[in-house]
Amino acid sequence: MPGLLPLVEHAVKKPVWDCRMCGQCVLHSTGMTCPMTCPKTLRNGPCGGVREDGHCEVKPEMRCVWVKAHHRAATLPLLPASWRAEVGHLRPPVDNSLQGTSSWRNLVTGRDRVTPAGWQGVEH
Amino acid sequence: MLRDLVRDRPRMIVTAECPSMDGGSVADLGERIARIAPYVDAMNATDNPAAHAHASNLATAIALAQLGVEPLMQLVCRDKNRIALQADVAGAALFGITNFCALTGDDVTAGDEPEARRVFDLDGPQLVSVLAGMGRGTYLSGRTFHPPGEFLVAAVENPAAPPLDYRAERARLKVDAGASLLQLQICYLPDRLADFMAATVRNGAAARAAILPSVCLTRNARALTFMDEKVPGIHVPAATIARVAGAADPAEEAFVLVRELAAHALSLPGVAGLHITDFRHDGSVERLVRELRIGPVHDPSIAATGEMTYAHHG
Ligand code: SF4
Repeated sequence: MPGLLPLVEHAVKKPVWDCRMCGQCVLHSTGMTCPMTCPKTLRNGPCGGVREDGHCEVKPEMRCVWVKAHHRAATLPLLPASWRAEVGHLRPPVDNSLQGTSSWRNLVTGRDRVTPAGWQGVEH
Repeated sequence: MLRDLVRDRPRMIVTAECPSMDGGSVADLGERIARIAPYVDAMNATDNPAAHAHASNLATAIALAQLGVEPLMQLVCRDKNRIALQADVAGAALFGITNFCALTGDDVTAGDEPEARRVFDLDGPQLVSVLAGMGRGTYLSGRTFHPPGEFLVAAVENPAAPPLDYRAERARLKVDAGASLLQLQICYLPDRLADFMAATVRNGAAARAAILPSVCLTRNARALTFMDEKVPGIHVPAATIARVAGAADPAEEAFVLVRELAAHALSLPGVAGLHITDFRHDGSVERLVRELRIGPVHDPSIAATGEMTYAHHG
């Protein structure tokens, strides 16, 4: 039943995190804040346009996703220390071919950790 | 070359924004930069700044090189996917251009075509890593690329936008990803810049990358109000705007303000130079670098210039 899992995953994650089904979930490393809800879909921290009040450059009525993520990664109770530290790590480019697939399955199979051959991440 | 200055830092580096072209020729561009180019080490070939279409980053970078000015070619993530961005880098390399600066980019809503599709296939830190990879000889896919020389990979950071305690960390992330030059967003809040620089000194980013704070030369308070209201990520305090508006000579006061901000920035530990955006077009860039004694006209290896102190100005 390859079609069922994404449906179940979406049903669970959409109401809580406004999940966009990118298929390569990083919620654990972003203080349980979905970076795909950033209008620029940034995976590595806030853009330079964050407003003085911490709201989004693009949607002034919304708190910047990354202001939220950074705050929550530091303050959410019960988050393992390794998850807290990961907020500052470099996440690879989104694999657009995974859009709509189940990140749960991709986690189990390791598919979500496959990066392009030339991706070198950080140098140090 | 900019790359050598960034590596050796023999003196304060000065870069400037290249004016955007909407028509005209390369010769016209040469005229427009004539009062800036001699006083800076390199100029940014911008990539549709503030989400407005202009002569492209690639064409401008080539034109600058033809005019004898070292270009720093900007690449923003807003308008092109990873294939097109890498193609622009490969195209620039064909002309011997090896300086690239990665930006996330203002949103399309900041420009005059807010109905455009936003791309953001990569983000700023990812683009830094991709540029560094091309400098080492591979496209993102792993396919071989032959760079014509050593790459200088640059990035930007906003020292004054929330979340403030995360900005220096983000600067270091870009350095970790391969950036050796960081141009900062224009900043009218000296305390925030000082805090940011102190944090980049603590986390090592300032040692591993040349960090250049930015100033913007304007003529009047109206321009400051515009930046405060319209440019994403820039906050100009009301008192600063009032100071220029209320001065007997607002144009002079606007210059003095920038000189003060620049002198303060240059006095901060970890600062490696200054980036200038000039909207005055009246020779103010020359006046600024001469009064601050920075940049190529004050290169100790070219001329004896006496003591280089910055904190005394303004
Ligand atoms: S302000 Fe925050 S949420 Fe808005 S586009 Fe920038 S990073 Fe994304």
